[in-house]
Amino acid sequence: MTKTAIKKNAGKASSKNAFDVMSYLRHDLFPHFLCPGCGHGIALRALMWAIHELEIDKDRIAIVSGIGCSGRLGAYIDANTFHTTHGRPLAFAAGLKLARPDLEVIVITGDGDCLAIGGNHLIHACRRNLDITCMMLNNEVYGMTGGQVSPTTSEDRYTTTTPLGNTEAAFDACRLAEAAGAGFVGREVTVQTPTLKNLLKDAIAYNGFSFIEVISDCTEIYGRKNDLGNSPEMILSQKSQMRPNSYGGVIVDEPFRPNALPTGVLSTNARPEYGETYRNAMASAKRKK
Amino acid sequence: MLKQIEGSFAVAEAIALCRPEVICAYPITPQTHIVERLSELVRTGDVGNCQYINVESEFAALSVAIGASAAGARAYTATSSQGLLFMAEAVYNASGLGLPIVMTIGNRAIGAPINIWNDHSDSMALRDAGWIQLYAETNQDAVDLHIQAFRLAEQLSVPVMVCEDGFILTHACEQVDMPDSEQVDSYLPPFEPVQVLDPAEPITMGAMVGPEAFTEVRYLAHHKHLRAIEVIPELSTEFEHIFGRNTGGLIEPYRSEDAETVIVALGSVVGTIKDVVDEMRDEGVSLGAVKVVSFRPFPLLALREALQNAKRVIVVEKCLADGLGGIVVGSVRMSLRGTSTPVYTIIAGLGGRAITKKSLRRAFNEAVADRLEDPHFLDLDWKVIDHELARSQEKRRSGPIAENILRELGLVGGKPV
Repeated sequence: MTKTAIKKNAGKASSKNAFDVMSYLRHDLFPHFLCPGCGHGIALRALMWAIHELEIDKDRIAIVSGIGCSGRLGAYIDANTFHTTHGRPLAFAAGLKLARPDLEVIVITGDGDCLAIGGNHLIHACRRNLDITCMMLNNEVYGMTGGQVSPTTSEDRYTTTTPLGNTEAAFDACRLAEAAGAGFVGREVTVQTPTLKNLLKDAIAYNGFSFIEVISDCTEIYGRKNDLGNSPEMILSQKSQMRPNSYGGVIVDEPFRPNALPTGVLSTNARPEYGETYRNAMASAKRKK
Repeated sequence: MLKQIEGSFAVAEAIALCRPEVICAYPITPQTHIVERLSELVRTGDVGNCQYINVESEFAALSVAIGASAAGARAYTATSSQGLLFMAEAVYNASGLGLPIVMTIGNRAIGAPINIWNDHSDSMALRDAGWIQLYAETNQDAVDLHIQAFRLAEQLSVPVMVCEDGFILTHACEQVDMPDSEQVDSYLPPFEPVQVLDPAEPITMGAMVGPEAFTEVRYLAHHKHLRAIEVIPELSTEFEHIFGRNTGGLIEPYRSEDAETVIVALGSVVGTIKDVVDEMRDEGVSLGAVKVVSFRPFPLLALREALQNAKRVIVVEKCLADGLGGIVVGSVRMSLRGTSTPVYTIIAGLGGRAITKKSLRRAFNEAVADRLEDPHFLDLDWKVIDHELARSQEKRRSGPIAENILRELGLVGGKPV
């Protein structure tokens, strides 16, 4: 399926068949290991929904994931999946995409995987602008290892390694991606699932590196430790703490909520896609010979 | 004081008694509980003047420890598995610079395929990185070896890894005799660095060294390890005087003096092996064991002496050199060079597979009858191996091995490709 065809589908509201998330999952690996109340499943559903509406054949998709709760999601998807080492999914994905430019390469990663141990790969993936979609699930904590501080843990929050409350500042991953040159940058909360699905559709259809930060919730470990309520309270407060801008529009500052993070499409940067640039350069070098 | 305590917490409390000044860590199973507990102990002020830093990777964790140690602070970190491999460059750097950092390894397998359970692949991969490596059999050992590790590291200016089996030790609750701060203070004096970055007396650390001097620098690192062979038993004896417990020094023989067959192993499996030795001794088999506490430096002479009466030696190890066999066995054979003692290797417990007494007995009996193939893979499922080999011969694209085997065993759905 060509990028143009995918783009055409991105504009459509829905596909001919009703979306059934179960047809995109590997039932043999159930029960899944996510905790009750975890937002990652909603994000996974949104991603599968986006793929469904874009009408991309499952066999043309390569999901690359890292280590952590986010990294485990790849295993549940009925497509080509590659569970890589901690922090490296973007690097593995770059190799995969260069070797097989015809595949839609989607990286599922988390805040620890993508911003801490794999932070270097993120900035260079943004700079290089290969046609990869990176969905980073931000739950502000290392969930799989039991709740240690991550680079996106909010200040003063408690984790198992910040018994005093976190004293370090949190990353704004989207601003980082934008500054590093990512072609398409967006953010959404899990409770806005249809909006998240639409954002992911645009990100996948975008010809270049797209970075989507999904604000997810870790109810069991992080929420409990910080008295943030159960999953419904957590995801609704996430929504109220966000500052939605009109989809694709300009962010309007709202002084009454100065610390809130904007959601939606945050930036686009029309740059040549690296794979194409590279292949063209090779072709012209061969012609000169 | 006797305490019923999780292994990780016992180690954390022992580290706290050693008063490190900088602790830096990155979470990785099965080590995480140690540094989680330490973060709590730092908060409550139980570590004294200590700074705890959460870092972005293991590579950063050890690099921070190197910086802290270079500035004259007692530094500690802990990791496991992929985390240790990721910090490999810094591992060599710390030993090259002669910085007495102590690091706990919660031993865990290395992927792919991803596996969080115990074996020794991680620390064995870095066995020759210039660090001293001590292996704990029990949680009591782990506590005691950590206290000795700081003393050893600081006396010789060499970093020390204390390796303890992930889950088997780190997550096991058992009785541990926890030392008190007076004991530890009398054993472990405050850290006085041999060299320190000090603006008043500027020095250069990590200077570039060319072929004209590199060999000499490396020899001196070798020399430190030779010194450690002398120092480790001394420190162990001194430790026993203060704490009343003997960790064995370099090696710990168990009913091996008159044994015809001697088993050599390291880590927690030694406990199981001792039980098997007792049982088989009762049945009249002349069996003994030697626990290797210090794998690096390797106690060539002490082990040779301990094995001098053995008619055969069996090495049980939780790691594998593909195409060769064991890793530990290479060093054991070196200690027996010039003798004709047959040495068997049993590769066991990879990726957390349980090492049962029953399986060990079967393999030991085979070895005693000199029928054991070398290397022997304990409890290997040959049916699975044969099927997978057949599949891969039938078609080139036979699918990922790990997934195929999971399918064959019915652990995930679908048939092998």
